[in-house]
Amino acid sequence: MNVVAEAPVRTRPDPRSLRGETGVVERPRRRFLPFDPWHLFLAPLAAVMLLPLLWMVVTSLETEAQTFHFPPILWPGTLRFGNYAEVLGQSAFGTWFWNTTVVTVTVVASNLVLCTLAAYAFARIRFLGRTFVYFLILATLMVPLQVVLIPTFLIVKELGLIDRLGALVVPNLVNVFGIFLLTQFFRTLPIELEEAARIDGASRLSILLRIVVPLSLPALATLAVIQFLWTWNDFLWPLVTILTNQDAFTLQLGLATFQGAHNTQWHLVAAANIMSMLPMIVLFLLAQRYFVRGIATQGLKG
Amino acid sequence: MDRFRRFLVSDHAAGWAFILPSVILIFVFGILPILWGLILSFQKAGLISPEREWVGLSNYAKIASDPKARQAAVNTIYYTALFVPTSILVSLFIAHALNRRIAFVRFYRLAVFIPVVTSTIATGIMFLWLFDKNYGLGNWLLGKVGLGPFGFFEDPNQAMIALVLMTVWGWLGFDTIIYLAALQGVPQELLEAASIDGASRWSSFWRVTWPMLGPATLLLVVWSTISALQLFDEVFFVTHGGPLGRTSVVVFYVYRLAFEQGLGSLSLAGYAAAIAYVLFLVILLLTLAQFWLGRRVVHYSS
Repeated sequence: MNVVAEAPVRTRPDPRSLRGETGVVERPRRRFLPFDPWHLFLAPLAAVMLLPLLWMVVTSLETEAQTFHFPPILWPGTLRFGNYAEVLGQSAFGTWFWNTTVVTVTVVASNLVLCTLAAYAFARIRFLGRTFVYFLILATLMVPLQVVLIPTFLIVKELGLIDRLGALVVPNLVNVFGIFLLTQFFRTLPIELEEAARIDGASRLSILLRIVVPLSLPALATLAVIQFLWTWNDFLWPLVTILTNQDAFTLQLGLATFQGAHNTQWHLVAAANIMSMLPMIVLFLLAQRYFVRGIATQGLKG
Repeated sequence: MDRFRRFLVSDHAAGWAFILPSVILIFVFGILPILWGLILSFQKAGLISPEREWVGLSNYAKIASDPKARQAAVNTIYYTALFVPTSILVSLFIAHALNRRIAFVRFYRLAVFIPVVTSTIATGIMFLWLFDKNYGLGNWLLGKVGLGPFGFFEDPNQAMIALVLMTVWGWLGFDTIIYLAALQGVPQELLEAASIDGASRWSSFWRVTWPMLGPATLLLVVWSTISALQLFDEVFFVTHGGPLGRTSVVVFYVYRLAFEQGLGSLSLAGYAAAIAYVLFLVILLLTLAQFWLGRRVVHYSS
């Protein structure tokens, strides 16, 4: 796989090196230690970064009494997996999980389709107003949701979507960042194949589907994981649009409410929290490369 | 070939057909809110109640004499001033440490990156527990080295610092990925040349590497500042603006006016929209200023 050709911006460094093939200038150094001295910084750093997570796992396996012990009990002895069952029994965790999955899958799928279509047009088709429209929509990237929260809420209210999952889906069906990412990527693809197909009489849609999309799978995967992350973890927008209807709660809303209702039952809150994080962490472990690339690209959009 | 190109040039209908779904959605949910927000800020308006009364600039005038708005501004500036330099300097050091071929480096990177995928609510829960005044691991570990006990989120003087620690933990992975990508773009020939000329590691870092990191640093300063000014989730969930309003930041105050106090008969949405618009203008001006300053200081290699 040619990684460099995927780079949406020419100056992008080789992402291969993010996978452990870096070249720091090697120079002979005196050896005080049987290992690289950087381990003395990196090992404690890794411990600090993982500590909140590991502590949450330990807490989720303790009894309620064990959580109220000081000094803290670092290992509970018998592991109480029953806490997880109790969370599932006491809360609508299944509903929250299902809602979040439906919203996230819909948003990711629609972004893949709509961003691909729009980006292909911006990258390859010359039409009246192309540059103007492209820069106009890119400018909206400068405006965060936080500062237009009230008018956006009012628009969604006018559409009758408040307290419905539609409120979480419809405004996010297309993401300007995705259009930008894919437009930049499509511009790096060689145009000759498309021209040849065009002469052979292929339609634009079939060129897009048969030639451009298969060449763009890494870029599409990057967009998919980043959009998945944003939608799965979003809190502010569900908070303001799902006001009273608990059947439309997402995982983040449900989790926040659950913590509020059980704020001294840390063994249950911890179990709920671990269950909410697990899908995202598993996805991250499976697709780490695309997350890293997505973030490095996000960085380059500015 | 010429005919093909001419055909490409004239293909307005196809282009618009590809972008139309995206353009409609972006207009409704991206551009319309910017305009409506401006209109709202000149009105006395409710979120649910249909009241819309033109009041000119009086919403803006009200901001200056509102002690809670002033407190929110001060808190936001305080948070930003702590968060931006801390997260950037720490992540620069971490990226430098991770940019080498040593054992376990993939594990160390994983540990630093994982908080990037944990949601703000999940992070909030972990730190509420870690920083629990009575039973938290934080007070126990700090007690081991003779510090504390701390009240953390419950102490008016420490709550903001605890929020900074928590959000830095969550952001380090993002900044580190961007710095790591930039570090790997530093040409090895330059470092080798510096080394041959007898430069120490320290001076070759500051004279060669640091200037090459300029674009990445500028980007992170801009991005971290923007996101720090928009802080909301953590404040809403972890401290709810308290204790004593010491963590009430601007977006939280806007939310509170519009969605907590304003849901009933009070018509505070217009005033809240005016505060949000001021924040928007501040973000816009700061971003432009940072880029203007950056162009004069930052070295772009190509």
